[in-house]
Order: sequence, then structure tokens, then C-alpha cells
Amino acid sequence: MNVVDRRPNPKGKSLSNRQRFLSRARVEVKSAVQEALRKRKVADVEHGEKVAIPTRGISEPIFHHNRRTGKTDHIIPGNKEYVRGDEIPRPTGGEGQGGREGSPDGSGDDAFEFTLSKEEFLDMFFEDLELPDLVKKSLKDTTAVDLQRAGYTVTGTPSNLSVPRTLRNSMGRRIALRRPKLSEIETAQQALEEARVAGDEEAIERLTREFERLERRSKIIPYIDPIDVRYRRFDRVPRPNTEAVMFCLMDVSGSMTEAMKDLAKRFFMLLHVFLTRRYRHVDVVFIRHTSTAEEVDEETFFYSRETGGTVVSTALEKMLEIARARYPIDRWNIYGAQASDGDNYGADSSRCVSLLGGDVLPLCQYFAYVEVGDGMGGSLTGLSRDSDLWRAYSEVAPAHPHFAMRRVGDPSQIFTVFHELFAKGGVRA
Amino acid sequence: MPLFTGPNWDFGSLRRVYEAVEKIAFGELGLDIYPVQIEVITSEQMLDAYSSVGLPLMYRHWSFGKRFAYHETLYRKGLQGLAYEIVINSNPVICYIMEENSMTMQTLVIAHAAFGHNHFFKNNYLFRQWTDADGILDYLSFARDYVSKCEERYGAEAVERVLDAAHALKEHGVNRYAHRSKPNLAEEQRRTEERRAHEEATYNDLWRTVPQLGGDKDDPVVSEKQREQLRQQLGLPEENLLYFIEKRAPRLEDWQRELIRIVRNVSQYFYPQKQLQLMNEGCATFCHYEIMNRLHDKGLITEGSMLEFLHSHSSVVFQPGFDDPRFSGFNPYALGFAMMSDIRRMCEKPTSEDREYFPEIAGCGDPFGVLRHAWANYRDESFILQYLSPAVIRQFKIFQIADDSSKPSLRVEAIHDEIGYRRIRSALSKQYDLSRREPDIQVVDVDLRGDRCLTLVHYVHDGVLLEEKTCRSVLRYAAYLWGYAVKLLEIEAATDKTLKTYEAAVDPT
Repeated sequence: MNVVDRRPNPKGKSLSNRQRFLSRARVEVKSAVQEALRKRKVADVEHGEKVAIPTRGISEPIFHHNRRTGKTDHIIPGNKEYVRGDEIPRPTGGEGQGGREGSPDGSGDDAFEFTLSKEEFLDMFFEDLELPDLVKKSLKDTTAVDLQRAGYTVTGTPSNLSVPRTLRNSMGRRIALRRPKLSEIETAQQALEEARVAGDEEAIERLTREFERLERRSKIIPYIDPIDVRYRRFDRVPRPNTEAVMFCLMDVSGSMTEAMKDLAKRFFMLLHVFLTRRYRHVDVVFIRHTSTAEEVDEETFFYSRETGGTVVSTALEKMLEIARARYPIDRWNIYGAQASDGDNYGADSSRCVSLLGGDVLPLCQYFAYVEVGDGMGGSLTGLSRDSDLWRAYSEVAPAHPHFAMRRVGDPSQIFTVFHELFAKGGVRA
Repeated sequence: MPLFTGPNWDFGSLRRVYEAVEKIAFGELGLDIYPVQIEVITSEQMLDAYSSVGLPLMYRHWSFGKRFAYHETLYRKGLQGLAYEIVINSNPVICYIMEENSMTMQTLVIAHAAFGHNHFFKNNYLFRQWTDADGILDYLSFARDYVSKCEERYGAEAVERVLDAAHALKEHGVNRYAHRSKPNLAEEQRRTEERRAHEEATYNDLWRTVPQLGGDKDDPVVSEKQREQLRQQLGLPEENLLYFIEKRAPRLEDWQRELIRIVRNVSQYFYPQKQLQLMNEGCATFCHYEIMNRLHDKGLITEGSMLEFLHSHSSVVFQPGFDDPRFSGFNPYALGFAMMSDIRRMCEKPTSEDREYFPEIAGCGDPFGVLRHAWANYRDESFILQYLSPAVIRQFKIFQIADDSSKPSLRVEAIHDEIGYRRIRSALSKQYDLSRREPDIQVVDVDLRGDRCLTLVHYVHDGVLLEEKTCRSVLRYAAYLWGYAVKLLEIEAATDKTLKTYEAAVDPT
């Protein structure tokens, strides 16, 4: 008998099968994921999810008997009251026996339910999405450099000493020049001492000479010579500028109902998760505004409540101010996303237009405006009145291909809109 | 002195327990086993093993990922506990035990799997005849490498299509009667290489495009005779659908044939297990029950362990009645254990009823000899037919109902009484007969003169037809493998009347 402990074996042996399964069920899983996201609370966008998908694409059919045809005998245990010849009414809806086990192979249209990990869930959701134009057209201004290994050199600082290289050279040289090994010297010495004990004069003289020759040779051929030494070499290569900052602008004024704020927050939450997952070096700046704008942290942005009047231009001004102070345009890719219900203080809209068209858009790689509605106005453009801001922004849009506007009426639309805004090779309004 | 106290296990006590169990198994029960390798695994690895149908190695396919996701969800939700062990019929027998088990459970698992299942694997005639315990792991590793090599060369998608289609027919990819030559790694590899040469050298009539000479077409008698001759050349009728497709499908590449062969061989490996579920579990359960009791009698396990064991044992052999929501057919552990315990009782303390029903074993005094004989020479169906005693029928209150779909109600045919015993016994035995449980489908004809359409027949017994939806999808897979249209006729075996016809054309993709 042999006991083997397999516990330390590599984990995730079935991972590749799981990936195959997920890609097989891609379409179904994706729509299930979007369905699931729709029902989620703002706070738990970033968790794994149990999804149920129809068995259509993943069924494994085999030939079955149809239990509702012909004559069959059932031999079953647990008789309590029946005697021979009794008639029992046919049980309705799924007979008591038949389907032996509720295995995944069971036929029918039942949903197949399983759990996606957080990674899989978000991967599935953010598939095909990216920030547009992440790399600036001109790279010449880049200041960042990366160090890259570039072979070995004979000069350098001790910290860059390559011990394996150095010792390899040293060993080659020692072999080539036949430097005596320590063990050879020791044997010679031992032989000499044995000869001394034996008192063989001729041997003593011969062995002494031999011993001294070895000693001398090992002194003049050093163990490590300066010509052996090698240092690791590094090249400095300029790094393309992929530093990016995303400005999130949200209207939290009194005209925004809780439902609308929830929509806006969902949108930004999604954006935030998307950015932090996909890009390591994306700064996110949260700006919220009523009649005044302020920069806030993530927590406040998503979870605190505030009411007041509405002056949209304050947020744009704040954004410009921060961008100029902290994110010089030659070093940063700048993105903006704005959410509002479209209400604005009467005369402010024209100012917004000039700010946006004149200052903000030239600064940005991409700017998205999302107008949240109360569920009625949103998609029914023809019936409801366009909001002030929507009308104003519509003037700006044609001249700027990197400016997009979308309307969102209820949570189910957020994901479509999000996909539209950030689809690869993006759709622009 | 007990072998262990407390719930925690360690490698030393595993070894001590194994030795103590071995002494009882060899000395008192007379078991004969393969060498054992016990492997300790985590729950996640147990789920892995579940998903590859209990085998330690498997080729890659999405359906195994699906099975993993399914079991994982059930397990995480707490709806389903994991098995305490999985045992693999190979030489040496590999016995997986989970690290979460308590020492009592590990003892139970060793007695159950390493001795009970092991003895059954080594001695039952079906396993001896059909399963090559020495070669299975090598074969699986060959299969896995071959599949991944194909994926590299022809693309994962192409491989997946073939495997999907072959999986749909895997239940019909077994030889039921012929004695199959045992698979062997070197042999398999050599054969793969020789296949190309062989295929080139042999003449496949399906490829004939030149019209045959002679004007006998007009003569229906000669023509029918010729067709009969052709059918014979092709080895028709053939019930191993995958075998027929592998050998005869005109448009498959060599590697596709090899993939089909792999699916076929794996399916064949499981074929005896499907016919031996009741006996296999019964044997293992009976052995662990005996061994645990002996250990307790000898004072080698504590009272506490014994209670823990009894609790677990009684839930393993629990049989809910038909009207219980937990009911899902006979529990093979329960029925198998009850029948084997009853054999023991009849050998030792027979009643007059036993003497009447089982004169040859009643009171013979050698229960283990009788059981060893039964374990070696029966399968579920014949075991029930031979050994299901009135006492067990009464114990389970087994009854028989006839379900005739043309009638509005079900009828109780027999119950556990003097008149019913023999009826129930033969009816239950039929219920375990694989050839009745699985549809009887055969290849009967290929239209060589015309569109190369393959004709399958489902022989309908007692009017039970095929489930329509799955039948259509399986036929589409079959048509994909065959390369041309596939027709399936449902023919009533008794009257030769065609009840229903399905036809599937090849998908244009």
C-alpha cells in the first residue's frame, strides 16, 4: 500500500475545460451577465455572480426513451396501501420515477445554473471595450523612460555585477591556463609529507619542486581576474505615453430625482470598475456639482447625498482648473464623462457650450455626455422636449468627432449605452 | 488498544488502519485485491475528478467544464456533499480520499473502496473481460496527448465538433457481445501510424463513383441479392454505431477516426460499470460494514468512532419510498447491501421460506464463499434474478406498477406477497437490464447506389418510442460524422411495422 499526498499538486486542473465551456456558452453567458448586472445594487457591481443560462448551446443530447409512450413497468419500493389490481390515477407533471438523476445532461429547457468568478464576470462584461485613442498621436514629447535589459558590459556599478557571467568567464580562463585546483595542491602536499615521513631524499626534492610549482602557478593565475568581470547592461527606452485621467462629472442638484442619481451612479460605477480593471495607470477625478462644483473622493461621489441648484458650467470649469494644474496635456491622455438630467440654469447653457467647444474638447481624447431621464423622456425623443443642455450640446457635437452623447432612461439601458460609448472602434454620435 | 482516537487523521494512522483492515479482509472475508495506492486530495481536486467522470486523466472538452461548474455550484450552495472517495479501476487501484474526512471516515473509505470495490474490480467477470486495469491510465494519457495534438494541428474548434458528435453517440459506441482485444499503449500508437497505410491499401466501396458493369439493375431479385451481399461486406447490421462510423464513414480524416475511437474506448471502459452499479456498491458497502464491525469487536476502534460510522452508514443505505420527495429510484447502496446481508443471513440462519426459494445456499454455513461466487460471476440483472429473496422484497415493500400510456391510469401488477415475489424479481431484473434500458439502435443499411444515406433502425419494444427532440439533435451529429444524410426508422420489433421516420441532412457549414 502506498499513500501519496496529492494536495500540493497544481490547482485548477479543470481550468482549461472551464474556459472551453465558457467560450462555448459565450452568447448565453453574456446576456445572462448583462441581465444580472441590471438587477444589481450600485454597491455590488464588483462581485462574482450566479448566472443561469438556457441549456440550448450546451446540451449534450443522447438517444432517450420517451417515457410517455408505450408500456413500461415500474418496480418501486415503499408500498403502503396498494394491493394487486389497484388502479392508480396517472401522476401529473413529471412522473415520480423516470428521470433518474437531475444531472446536467437532463434534457429539456431548464436553465443551467452556475457561478462565475468576479474575474470571469467582469471579463465577460467588458469584453470588446476600450478607451478610444489611448496613445497620443505624437510621442515625441514623452518624458518617461523604461530600463530594458541589453546584454552585458565590462564596466558598471557593483550592484549590476553579473555573478554567473563573471564566474563563467573565470572558470573558462582557469581551465584554459591550467590553474591547479585546490585538491591537486592538497594531494601534492600530502605526498610530500608522506615522502618526508619515509625519508626518501630524492622523492622529497622532486615532490617539493612539484608542490612549489603548483603553489606558484595558483598565485600568478588569479581565481577571478578583472578581465572576467561582467556587468548587466541596461538601455533606456522611451515609453509611449499611456498615462490617462478620467474626469467624472455628475450633477447632484435637486432636479435630479433619486432614480436619476442612481442611474448616473451606476454609469460611473461601471466606468470606474472598467477603468480600474483594464488600465493600471488611470487616474480618476470625481467632480460633482450643484450650483457650485467640487472635487470629491470616490466614497463621497458614490454614496453621499446633496441637493441644490444647477450650474453645469461650474463643473466644466473645475475640470479645466484641475486639468491645467495637475494633468498637463502633453503628458496625459484626458477623458471626460458627464452625467446630468439636462436641466441647467437658464443662461448657463451657452456658457457650457463655449467652455466645452472652446476649452474642454480640445483638451480631451474623448468626452461622453450621458443624459439620465426619469424613464419616460429618455428614449422617446420625438415626444418629449429636448433638455436645455441636450440642445446646447447638440450644436457642439457635429464639429467634434470625439464627443458622444447618449440618453439613458432606465437601468436596463445603461449597459447598452456603456457598450456603445466604449466599444472598440467606438460608435460616435 | 484502539488504532486511533479523535477525529484527526495522519499518515501513520492511515497505515495502521490499512494493515488492520487488510488482516480482516484477507483472513476472514477472503478478499483478493489489486495493490492499492491511496491518494489524499482536497475538495477542489475532488471536484476536478468529478468533472472528468471520476478518472484521474481525461482529454479536454467543454462538457467536463460544464460538469465541474454544475457540481461546484451544488457543492458551494451546500445542496450536495462531495463523495468521501473515488476509486479507479486500474492496477494498482487508485483510491482518492479527501483531506476533510475524519479518521473514522478514512477507515470507512479504506474498507469500502480499497478493499470492497477493489475486490469486485479484480474478480467480477465483466471487469475481467472488458476492462484492462493495467492499461487504462496509459491509454487515457495517450488519449489526452492525442486530442491536444489534434487541437494544435487542426484547431480546437474542429476537434470540438468531432468530439461533440461522438459524445452524442457514445452510448452506442460499445461492443456488447464480442470479446474486445485489450487496448495497449504501444499497440495503439503503432496502429495510429499504420492506419494511413492500411486505409490506402484497402478498397472502400463507398468511394466508388464509376457505375457498376452489367445491366442487372432491372432485375429486382438480383439487385436485392447484391445489396444483401454489400451489407454483408460492410458488416451490417451493426449496433456499435461509432465503430461503424469510424471504420466506414467516407469523408472523415484519419485523425477524426482516431478521436471517435478514443470516445469509443472510454465509453467501452465504462460499459461494465453501468451493468454492475448495484453489485459494485453493494459489495463495497457490505465489506465496509463487516470490516468496521470486526474492528469494533476487536476493540480497534472506539465507541465514538463506531457511532460516527453507523450514522454515516445508515444514511448511505437509506432508501426513500416512492412517495418521498427524495426518491429517485432504487438506491444501489441500499438494495445491494440488503441483498448481500440477506444472503449471509440465509447461509447462517435460514427460515423455511429460504429453504424453499434457495435450497442450494440456505444453511450452507459459508456466507463469504457464496458471496465471493456471486461477486465474481453475476451482473446486476442476473444477480437480482438469482438472489432477490422474498425477505428483501418485503423489507423494501417493493411493488410493480404497469404504465400503459394508452390507458388513463396505472395498474398495480404485483406487490410483496406470495404471488408477487417471482414476478417482482423478474421484473426488477429486467429494469436493470441495460439492453432494455437503452434504446436498441442499429445501422442496417447504406445506400451505396444513390445518395450514400445511412439508415439506422430503432427496434421498438412495448411501444416505447424515442424522445423526439434529442433524437433529432443526435441525428444531426450523426449526419455530421457520416458526411451524408442519416435516416432513422422506428420499427416495432414484434410486427416489423415502421412507426416513425426521422431524417437529418448534413449541415451546410
